[in-house]
Amino acid sequence: MYPRKFSYVAPSRVEEVLRLLKRYGDEAKLLAGGHSLLPMMKLRIIGPRVVIDLKNLRERLSYIRDGARAVRIGALTTHAEIELSDMLRREIPLLPETARLIGDMQVRNMGTVGGSITHADPSADWPVAMLALNATFTVQGARKRLVPASKFFKGPFTTALKPTELLMEITIPKPPKGHGWSWQKFERKAGDFATVNVAVIAIPDGKSRVKDVSIAVGSVNPVPYRATGAEKMLRGKRPDAELLKSTAEAAAEPAEPTSDLRGSAEYKKWLTKVMVRRALEEALSRAGIPVEVVQHA
Amino acid sequence: MPRRRTQRPRPAAEPAQDMVSVRVRINGVEYSHVVEPRLLLVNYIRDVVGLTGTHVGCDTSHCGACTVLVKGLWGDGWMAVKSCTLLAAQVDGKEILTIEGLAKNGELHPLQRAFWENHGLQCGFCTPGMIMAALGLLLRNPNPTREEIKWGISGNLCRCTGYVNIIKSIEDAAKEMREKGVTI
Repeated sequence: MYPRKFSYVAPSRVEEVLRLLKRYGDEAKLLAGGHSLLPMMKLRIIGPRVVIDLKNLRERLSYIRDGARAVRIGALTTHAEIELSDMLRREIPLLPETARLIGDMQVRNMGTVGGSITHADPSADWPVAMLALNATFTVQGARKRLVPASKFFKGPFTTALKPTELLMEITIPKPPKGHGWSWQKFERKAGDFATVNVAVIAIPDGKSRVKDVSIAVGSVNPVPYRATGAEKMLRGKRPDAELLKSTAEAAAEPAEPTSDLRGSAEYKKWLTKVMVRRALEEALSRAGIPVEVVQHA
Repeated sequence: MPRRRTQRPRPAAEPAQDMVSVRVRINGVEYSHVVEPRLLLVNYIRDVVGLTGTHVGCDTSHCGACTVLVKGLWGDGWMAVKSCTLLAAQVDGKEILTIEGLAKNGELHPLQRAFWENHGLQCGFCTPGMIMAALGLLLRNPNPTREEIKWGISGNLCRCTGYVNIIKSIEDAAKEMREKGVTI
């Protein structure tokens, strides 16, 4: 399968990329790792007239930097680089775990975090993880602007990025040491996109209570969402099994999945509850928050 | 009336090109061609260079039959990639290793020997990709557990064997590569 004919350019400076985007506008597509773009071009779902290959920007836009309060990741960093980062495994383990379950080894060697985020597939993994972690995206156009993950995803394959803008960097505030986390991805087979994916970060207060929690859910709506209602139910609480169950139900409430090859709408809605409950159990246990089991008479 | 000469702006040179030059080193041999940018790496390797050991299976980056190693994509090391989902233009200037480049002086690479001796194949269609993926894995993790091997080749489909002998082959090859200090 060949993509439609296109012309090709591989600039080596960000300014050049921006100039090219201005010149070609909607006719151009940016190529990062190409593992979302090229399949779509080969299947002729899209046929851009111009492909702007970002391979010569790798040196500038591929990095994982540790800071006092946040970690910054360059948009062209591959999934594999995040998967293999010891620093991230220590500081924000949700990130390497999310990376580890994307596609397969070969795909992770090419695919990039920025490519996945800007592609905004409703079943993609990074948007869910970034939403749970309160990440901020640095976007460069005529001027630089910061877009929080919660305002970035607008619809399936649609983001707040203008045709003349480039995603440069992702800033992820570090959750406090001792936080609990969980990445739950349900896939039909190894390497598949998620049927449902859930990210949870749980912060303990040191007295067996939940100080703060974030729950992000993906694949069941046009864009991933934060289950803010469910988060409220847990904050300040010493959770028991009953509370986790009702929290998971509340978290699945906004889900309006559609039936497709990965399952019926009804099944996916039910699966959302299960995955949120599993994610909460795992995250709370990692945070050292015991979950009291309710004794039914 | 003087005639007004309208001066049309000269069109600026088109920065994006319809043909691109690709220079790569495959299995130690230099190749240089001018190709369409839409030419995929796997088609470049098979149809332009003529090395047909790299297979096209699903052509949608699922099956892994097209797996080759590319050097220096990031870091300095060799990395397994699916050549059906890469433009030849993306690897311009890089070194590439395909299944044909593994045997040295008529001696099979430990992975090839192990697949042969452990009967790690039946029809053989997936084998070049399977071996290249296994090599990509072993270069990163020379002593993988059985679970890590399974995870490492999860992007490579075999429809004949059920994978048991493939995993055995990779374990066997990993041992020999460690003992003899063989990499590529």
